[in-house]
Amino acid sequence: MMSAEQHSARAAMFARRKRVNTVATSLALAAMAFGLFWLAWILWETIHLGLGGLSLATVSQMTPGPNEDGGLANAIYGSVVMVLLATFVGTPVGVMAGIYLAEFEPKGWLAGVTRFVNDILLSAPSIVIGLFVYSVVVHPMHGFSALAGVLALALIVIPVVIRTTENMLQLVPAGLREAAYALGTPKWKVILSITLKAARTGVITGILLAVARISGETAPLLFTALSNQFWTSSLTQPMASLPVTIFKFAMSPYENWQKLAWAGVFLITLAVLTLNILARVLTRSKS
Amino acid sequence: MSTILADGTSSGTSATQTVGLPLSRPPVKKARSGRLADRIFAYLAKGAALFTLGLLLAILVSLTISAWPAITQYGLGFLSRSAWDPVQEEFGGLVMIYGTLASSLIALLIAVPVSFGIALFLTELSPSWLKRPLGTAIELLAAIPSIVYGMWGLLVFGPVLAEYVQQPLQAAFTGVPYLGAFVSGPPVGIGILSAGIILAIMIIPFISAVMRDVFEVTPPMLKESAYGLGATTWEVVYKIVLPFTKTGVIGGIMLGLGRAIGETMAVTFVIGNFNQLDSLSLFQAANSITSALANEFAEAGEGLHQAALMYLGLVLFFITFVILSLSKLLLAQLRKSEGAKS
Repeated sequence: MMSAEQHSARAAMFARRKRVNTVATSLALAAMAFGLFWLAWILWETIHLGLGGLSLATVSQMTPGPNEDGGLANAIYGSVVMVLLATFVGTPVGVMAGIYLAEFEPKGWLAGVTRFVNDILLSAPSIVIGLFVYSVVVHPMHGFSALAGVLALALIVIPVVIRTTENMLQLVPAGLREAAYALGTPKWKVILSITLKAARTGVITGILLAVARISGETAPLLFTALSNQFWTSSLTQPMASLPVTIFKFAMSPYENWQKLAWAGVFLITLAVLTLNILARVLTRSKS
Repeated sequence: MSTILADGTSSGTSATQTVGLPLSRPPVKKARSGRLADRIFAYLAKGAALFTLGLLLAILVSLTISAWPAITQYGLGFLSRSAWDPVQEEFGGLVMIYGTLASSLIALLIAVPVSFGIALFLTELSPSWLKRPLGTAIELLAAIPSIVYGMWGLLVFGPVLAEYVQQPLQAAFTGVPYLGAFVSGPPVGIGILSAGIILAIMIIPFISAVMRDVFEVTPPMLKESAYGLGATTWEVVYKIVLPFTKTGVIGGIMLGLGRAIGETMAVTFVIGNFNQLDSLSLFQAANSITSALANEFAEAGEGLHQAALMYLGLVLFFITFVILSLSKLLLAQLRKSEGAKS
């Protein structure tokens, strides 16, 4: 039998354990709220200040000088061109490397090392990619150019696409591959028209995420594509981009520049979040 | 016996071939071109994988070559020199390295407990219908471009921090030895503390995603046994889940640290870009490796200034490389032990 003393000691201990638990779970709840709070605040300011700076001139006029009227047309054009080109350059390399990792020698040494290096490149500072492209392209060619910017962005696309392509190909059931091989289909055809096709949605998701990622990248463009106050469609000239223009305008003391920077921030956030949500909807409808 | 078998098989095949010939045997030419295409395709795939490897090496080599003038001039002493004067051609990386490490450390101090709380909430407490939307919302924090964080940090968050945190602290601590020095500085909300807080918000989604993933691999049997013995949620997480996933949790923290150290734009906006280290204040303008690069590189003349910046870039790449490798190895270790146990 328990003595009354023992009984009360246990009751006290139980009460203390429950108290600790309540404190811990409320802190977890608070942490969740903390995370959501920042998201809400940032999105609210972006929408609130961004819409205030947005007008028709934003998309139809060139970037202005200090205290003049203008828009972001050349920066928007530059961003769209460089992001699209970088996606077209980077995607095939990323998809092919992903195919190698998933379909050729998934357990070989090359695959192991590539996977490791790729994961590091995925999180490596993007400004280092800018420095790299500067040393191998901009410096030897004696000038900043949109092409160098495209290359820098493409190098950021590749690791993202490799990762998703490999993961998605691994999800394709082995039975599909075996059935195709049993019919005598050559390997390249099995991969291109069976496995890659089956993993299509996943691979597209990866590409969308890569586009979202590079749309907001500023650091690798700072010393590759540089910026340009005027409209240019020549890829060998410095080219304006939305993120670099925002950087320049936001750090300036001029009110009209800051207003345009907020409009640019709103456009970028809108594009990036839409791409992300689209990617999510695609994968969800599949699973 | 075997010869008969071999004969039998071979004759069998030739028989089927003769039978099947007019109907379905593919023309020899097409089969060969299939083999050629196969080989080309394999080379392309392997080439793409090798390209990724080569990229890492090329980055290291090209940065080293570009940084060489500064490396020969200063050697490793570059890391402990605090002078940075492009006019006098005097360069040292201490101020930037200090700024990078200090802001990342503050970021970790905030982000690790918060991420742990978020992972705990999402794995153990949240009703299942809320898990998905809440998880997505936290992941969206990672999707917001860093330039947005930067601009918001400079124009919205900085002033708020100065008014509601820095000024009260200054009022309370002015004249107090040591503590007063930590909060001195003009009240504009720029400096290592604001950089650290914004970095924390940016790495929370990465750390909490890894923690959530590793918490979910804890065998349900272990957790249920503990719950069955009457353990509370906190006891299950702290005494069962956390010890089981320790390596993974540390791997996730390392991943966050790697991200924080390499983050450029958000830091560049709020750290103040000031190349002197004359105060310990958390509110004094400072500099980090990434923001020095972002601000000075495009304008730096060729020669020692550019080489010194390249040297900083090399140091940055080296630090993140080591940290991210450690993170990867720790996470791989957890996965392996999990495989061994189940």
